[in-house]
Amino acid sequence: MNSTHAALQHELDQQSFWKGLSSFDWLWAIIVVLGTGYAYTRYASLMDGYEKGILVSTGASLIALGWNWKEIRALSLVVFLLSIFAISRYVHGLADAETDFFLRFLVSSQSAIMWMSALYVLATVTYFIAFFARSEFSGKVASAMTWSATTMGLVGLMVRWRETYLVGLDVGHIPVSNLYEVFILFSIITALLYLFYERRYQTRVLGGFVLLVISAAVAFLLWYAFDRDAAGIQPLVPALQSYWMKIHVPANFIGYGAFALAAMVAVAYFVRENAEHKASGGIAMTLPALDILDDLMYKSIALGFAFFTLATILGALWAAEAWGGYWSWDPKETWALIVWLNYAAWLHMRLTKGWRGKPMAAWAIVGLFVTLFAFLGVNMFLSGLHSYGEL
Amino acid sequence: MNNQSNTSTAPPLSRTSALLLKFLGSMNLAITLLVALSIAAIIGTVLQQNQPYTDYIIKFGPFWFEVFKQIGLYDVYSSAWFLFILFFLVLSTSTCIYRNAPNMLHEMREYRQNIQLKTLENYLNTNSWLLTQPIEDIQHVVQKILPHNGYSARLKDDGSYVLISGMKGGASRLGYILTHLAIVLICIGGLMDGNAILKAREMLGQVVPETKNIAASDVPQISRLGINNQSFRGSVSIPEGRQTDVLFLNYKDGYLVQELPFSVEVKDFRIEHYESGQPKSFESDLVVYDDRLNQPLEKTISVNHPLIYDGYSIYQASFSDGGSKLEMLAWPLMGVNKQPQKVTTKVGDEFQMNISNEPWILESSNFRLFNINPSENPDKQFENSGPSVQFKMRNKMGEAKEYLNYMVPVERDGAYYYLSGVRASPAEEFRYLYLPVDDKGGLGRFMAYLQALGDEQLLQKIVAEQNFMGSNLPTKETAELNEAMVNVVGLFLKNGMSGVLEQVEKNAPADKLEEVSGLYVRVLQQMLGAVYVDVLIKEGVDVSNVGVDEEKAEFFDAAAAAIGAMTRYGSPVYFQLSSFVHHQASGLQIAKAPGKNLVYPGCAMLILGVFLMFYAPQQRLWAWIEQTDEGVKLVLAGHAIRNKLDFSKQFKKIQAQFERVLNG
Ligand code: HEM
Repeated sequence: MNSTHAALQHELDQQSFWKGLSSFDWLWAIIVVLGTGYAYTRYASLMDGYEKGILVSTGASLIALGWNWKEIRALSLVVFLLSIFAISRYVHGLADAETDFFLRFLVSSQSAIMWMSALYVLATVTYFIAFFARSEFSGKVASAMTWSATTMGLVGLMVRWRETYLVGLDVGHIPVSNLYEVFILFSIITALLYLFYERRYQTRVLGGFVLLVISAAVAFLLWYAFDRDAAGIQPLVPALQSYWMKIHVPANFIGYGAFALAAMVAVAYFVRENAEHKASGGIAMTLPALDILDDLMYKSIALGFAFFTLATILGALWAAEAWGGYWSWDPKETWALIVWLNYAAWLHMRLTKGWRGKPMAAWAIVGLFVTLFAFLGVNMFLSGLHSYGEL
Repeated sequence: MNNQSNTSTAPPLSRTSALLLKFLGSMNLAITLLVALSIAAIIGTVLQQNQPYTDYIIKFGPFWFEVFKQIGLYDVYSSAWFLFILFFLVLSTSTCIYRNAPNMLHEMREYRQNIQLKTLENYLNTNSWLLTQPIEDIQHVVQKILPHNGYSARLKDDGSYVLISGMKGGASRLGYILTHLAIVLICIGGLMDGNAILKAREMLGQVVPETKNIAASDVPQISRLGINNQSFRGSVSIPEGRQTDVLFLNYKDGYLVQELPFSVEVKDFRIEHYESGQPKSFESDLVVYDDRLNQPLEKTISVNHPLIYDGYSIYQASFSDGGSKLEMLAWPLMGVNKQPQKVTTKVGDEFQMNISNEPWILESSNFRLFNINPSENPDKQFENSGPSVQFKMRNKMGEAKEYLNYMVPVERDGAYYYLSGVRASPAEEFRYLYLPVDDKGGLGRFMAYLQALGDEQLLQKIVAEQNFMGSNLPTKETAELNEAMVNVVGLFLKNGMSGVLEQVEKNAPADKLEEVSGLYVRVLQQMLGAVYVDVLIKEGVDVSNVGVDEEKAEFFDAAAAAIGAMTRYGSPVYFQLSSFVHHQASGLQIAKAPGKNLVYPGCAMLILGVFLMFYAPQQRLWAWIEQTDEGVKLVLAGHAIRNKLDFSKQFKKIQAQFERVLNG
């Protein structure tokens, strides 16, 4: 065997996916498998076949996600530990949330969500400080805040899941069933998508822009919780009692989150474009180059489109089971179709007509408003079968 | 212009069909259709669809109502123009596939082994090396590294050079075909399941919707759809213990009757409630009778768990009262000396009554076994106010008010009342009449009091006994005053307190108005009180030493308030629900949607296709190996039509691998 062969062998060994996994990767896989196995043995009797399938695929996805994105591991572990801690503090029932110190100030779902809200808003401000002051340190702080906010948000949802069972065994359900809960989900998913690209592109300057949407969602959430008293746990109406909810809603919100991300990247695109046009060379020029922004916008919309397609189809299958028809032209369904057609048109323009740049960025921003209407406006202004979260 | 770029393998077409094909397959048309579809969909959500026509007339006025009706705005999604857009989308997408699929399929398998060195060197991603290793070794390296990075490779040995062509993501082309084929399938399936065919039959005059509210068996043949109708979605309400072999399809401002090849019985219907009173589950025990079955099919369905039988899906959609039997006591609120009359009726029935020589119709519309509401009591979260019955009382003019009566008394501030809500139209909230409950827990005392107030002889007797004037001589003034006092009570019974005050305003001089009305109110109070005491005495209550205790005083206030409000009540009787037999009806939705067999595979293809298109982008690599005088020349080049930035990164990585292996 000559040296070229040896070098080749070496190269092939190094780059092989399975061999490339470190012992930490394997440890991660083992932890997730054990966790999933534990949940399975403990709760299998309460789950139907589909739910078991969902649990197992969730475990598998978590392993894959953790292998490709290391930060997710720390996030999952911290969320897991904090949630377990919070759940263990509930001894006498829901009233403990008022009396137990940790629950009251830190990890009851209500408090965790307040922490999430505060941290997201702070992170937004910090990202902008980092942007204007060109401070790397502030940027790191802002990232850390975003991660912490996401952690608290997830803990809030996990603990809320448990709390629904404390309200009543028959009331228990995954907390993605009303507008209050999905707004939390939206904030978390948007933040995670952003964090993924932050690492991928090694730039924090987009943080402020993306977190603006999240802050707006948080503002809505707080208004909705306090002014409309929407934070209470409500039992599920019969139509919502289905495993479909566990996949339909999260898939939908990956879509919404990705569309929101795309729109905010589009805003950044305009800022940078404007600066280039004036040749000002100010702070705006620290934003990523236009073609990178353009590419990010495309990727985000593509991701959103793929998941939105999935979600809409899951919704149709669910509707077939619950309402007796896969498509009823219910306003929410119809608006999902409108959103979908809109982005389909966007993708075609880019792909087959080669449109790039400003018009596409403007369209992505318009797209967010269309999405927003589908997500919120329909509940506010139109009535239909989907009236689960009314304002 | 001489354009020779057409490499299509399709057979030659005539000029017009070529043009047509070009038009149908053009991106501009596709985008236009997508946008048109969105706009149509927006209209359909902004204007509520399939409402009763009268609602639209009220909203738009007769002229615009007719205009919008003609455009089909009340049922956008099955209007001709909407179907037309969908049809064109199908056509356009099909054309697109027809034109692109052959190329794409070809491209999936095509390794571009005829590419020229020049082209490779001109690509954005390209690198060349001059190497000392033997050609076979280099070739070996290329053939290992390309697959290692996910590229499948083909080798071409031209003699003077070796070209290894690699390709990855060929499936994205397949993704294109899957996605667009899926759109076609879904649209066709959807059109099959929509009511386009029914519409066509209606236009041909083969079916006419029935608009009158008549029994299903009386609906004429022209409004019936046979069992050969392949796709529909209708509903039917079946009382427990009964069965049906038809359903009703809402159509325009009427309905159609759909026949079924089997019959469905609802043996039992159950609702479970959460502690909070919200419904937790709806379930029906069904039995399907079909000659084709050896024995009837039994199955329990619930929301999210339908029964699929013979291509028909049977869903739990709603519930209603299935004709509960009601027994009520009708207490007359007017006239003298009437005992309560027993009334037996059923929810959904009309009951003719004759009250004070006037015909009335009692229309019972609903019965509820529970009424669970948030509790005002801090210890309890919820409270059940028991059964209630909802009905209308229609007078001889055909006017009706709607009532909601509770069976058991409810508590308010320590005292108990029978509640009866009344409203003039469904748009209003119920306003409640509180009838106080006596010591025996019934309405006896209140009704006795009410009757006493209407008994003129009794009133006269009481006025005389009470001797309000303090004189025992029957003077003319005293007689007149006594008469007036009796009249005030009559006025109060008929028109309430406001009626009394109106009367005062009419008769008293303006400057004395306040004084006189004060007097009237006082006199009235005194009379009401005196009659009440009389009623108590007749009941056998001892009022001689202590007078009237607090509880009885409260009763008096409540009774007086209720009687004062009675003018607005509108019904000549109060119905007290005395017993019932609860019967529910299960609302089933039965659908047949053969288009599903296209739509569902279409959905699977769509998901697969979209993910393939985005996440398996097609990428190509070439390695050109050629012996030159200075050594072996290796040119590595890559090309991708999509995700160019990512591809450049990937290319750099692969280039680095080569670098390490060959020069490292
Ligand atoms: C509702 C209808 C349609 C949907 C949902 C749809 C969806 C898509 C999607 C998701 C892509 C991939 C975009 C990307 O990778 O970024 C695509 C690409 C494409 N579509 Fe459509 N499409 C539709 C109708 C049409 C029609 C009517 C045409 C024909 C005029 C068409 C022609 C194309 C072409 C040529 C591509 C590019 C394929 C490629 O080069 O990879 N599409 N379509």
